[in-house]
Amino acid sequence: MNMFLNFLIAAVFAGTPLLFGTLGEIMSEKAGHLNLGVEGMMAMGACAGFMAGLLTDSFIVALIAAFAAGMLGALIYAVLTVTFMADQNVTGLTLAIFGTGLSNFIGEYMLVNSTSSSLKLPEKITATISNINIPGLSSIPVVGQLFFQYNPFVYLGILVAILCGIYLNHTKMGLNLRAIGENPAAADAAGIKVTKIKYINILLGGGICGIGGAYSSMIICGGVWMSNSVNGLGWIAVALVIFASWSPTKAIFGSFIFGAFNILKYYFPKTWITIPSAFYDMLPFIITALVLVITSIRKSKENSQPASCGVNYFREER
Amino acid sequence: MKKFISILLTLLLTLSLFTACSSKTEEPAKEEPTAEKPAEATGVLPAIAKEDIKIGVIHIGNPADGSGYTFAHDQGIVGMQKALGLDDSQIIRKNNVNDTDPTATETAILECIEEGANIIFGTSWGYMDTMEALAEEYPEVIFSHGTGYKGNDANFNNYFGRIYQARYLSGIAAGLKTKSNLIGYVAAMGQDNSEVTGGINAFAMGVNSVNPDAKVYVKVTNSWFSPEEETNAAKALLAEGCDVIAQHCDTPNPQLEAEKAGAFGIGYNSDMSKDAPKATLTSAVWDWSAYYTWAVEQAINGTWTGENYYGGMKEGLVDIAPLNESIVAEGTAEAIEAARASILDGSFNVFDGVIETNDGKTVGEEGKTLDDATITNDIKWYYKTVTVK
Repeated sequence: MNMFLNFLIAAVFAGTPLLFGTLGEIMSEKAGHLNLGVEGMMAMGACAGFMAGLLTDSFIVALIAAFAAGMLGALIYAVLTVTFMADQNVTGLTLAIFGTGLSNFIGEYMLVNSTSSSLKLPEKITATISNINIPGLSSIPVVGQLFFQYNPFVYLGILVAILCGIYLNHTKMGLNLRAIGENPAAADAAGIKVTKIKYINILLGGGICGIGGAYSSMIICGGVWMSNSVNGLGWIAVALVIFASWSPTKAIFGSFIFGAFNILKYYFPKTWITIPSAFYDMLPFIITALVLVITSIRKSKENSQPASCGVNYFREER
Repeated sequence: MKKFISILLTLLLTLSLFTACSSKTEEPAKEEPTAEKPAEATGVLPAIAKEDIKIGVIHIGNPADGSGYTFAHDQGIVGMQKALGLDDSQIIRKNNVNDTDPTATETAILECIEEGANIIFGTSWGYMDTMEALAEEYPEVIFSHGTGYKGNDANFNNYFGRIYQARYLSGIAAGLKTKSNLIGYVAAMGQDNSEVTGGINAFAMGVNSVNPDAKVYVKVTNSWFSPEEETNAAKALLAEGCDVIAQHCDTPNPQLEAEKAGAFGIGYNSDMSKDAPKATLTSAVWDWSAYYTWAVEQAINGTWTGENYYGGMKEGLVDIAPLNESIVAEGTAEAIEAARASILDGSFNVFDGVIETNDGKTVGEEGKTLDDATITNDIKWYYKTVTVK
């Protein structure tokens, strides 16, 4: 029982960086732009967030820096694909490589110039990003452990997911955005500023990815700089978008479920049955494939990829 | 017209072939005079004058990381450079060379050779086959491969070390420190990997030598480098009640996770108390400079024989980092010193006598010790106190 509780808690921690990456990618795909550069934008956020935290010792500044770095990555992508109509897949892949490289480059520069050939976040910010402890609430058995003792990123992620859900489904801007994702020509004809809204949402998505990156450099790596700290999480996030069927609120549960799959091999009791650990590693992707199959059988419009996703919009070709 | 162009092109190509060949034949001619200097050379290759030495290092990661595997190797290169007084320009580093990509490996090595390297150190397992093939192609270049097992007794050897000796010592620190008698171990690879499994066994035997009640719980990440997996594995071990976390993986994340939980840890590769000063008791560390200095000296003296190198504590290749005095249990230093002395004088070799495994069998014979071939390739059993979780 206790081990199961620990498993659930660890699943939430493991799912949080994925949640940010997934939300960011959903925002971009809803605007009709498949951005495969999540990994790169996360890496840029990881680097910027960590370095800002290191230099200013402030969590808020670190968050803003990570968000801005993710946006910068997304801006490169947006200029190339929205304005210059470059191929979305190729641009995204390039961004993934570029972002990781840039992040490692800056990290190496900082390390070489550090006194002890090691970069560690200072005390104050480490205390801010450690697990919260609300007197009274956090100590309630089970409930308190399960809901009130995560680090601030976890709560921020859930909050961002809910806000994204409201924005997409319950605001006029969200409606416009979804219209662009489905049929940009029709949206254009209806007087929606297609280019502007695409830019805003791709950048927003990039920023959210950047915060996910900061999670991996500041939490997963325990506040010590490590190159390649994102190490593939961005790619899992791209798969997770499909699993969450393009819904920010479903992404919350989706990412925690993926997180659970990721750590299952460490918690599954070996006394019952021994399963090769490679099996655990492929589980999330089998499930994603299954979800794809099921959603395409059901042919539900709401749960499928925006119709124009991956296709650039040429106004002159309407 | 087309025919004329094609003939012209063919001629051009043949011509360039000649020039390429001629430039190749010039090179050994240049090196010969230096080879004649030490007449008593016993090696299989001509000696290389110190100022002509050029070393190519193929790293799997980034030496700037400040911790872990590549950092440890690069510190070894730096140490060798200082010991021998080589110039910075005599060392070529190729970083982040993916060892599962033979093309990338080959490109990196060929770039080094093009820049004039006459000794190539490849630090990761996966470079082995590429280096073996290239060693045949470039018989005048020394290829030295870390962690593998192949060699050609001429210009290609492998080097590795008895890190299990250091792990045994670090196990003593862990065994004395644990209160819950549960010690966690984040392992990169599973039971079939003799390097990892042997390390776990040596560690568990060290623990057992001072604390027979302690158990070692192992979690396998299936990856040499994965910050996320290593954190998650350590978290799970801590959740199961382990209060000391040892590791055979590249990042200091298990140490940091232990520190966060108020537990302790045993680092690996480099001294990880730098990263987790409140948790890391000690670390099993490599001092690769012991080998790199030795190898380059052989090349300079003309005594390079291409034999495989398997150094240990005696050669200074492996050791534990200085104990973190403020947190180790009382008596740790004495217990470790005693064990160290018996390893150094050869009276104790870790895998001595009959060893009980965790599936109720036994390995080894009374009065004997496991031979090196078994240690490097054939430890596929776990010591009796080890449980894979």
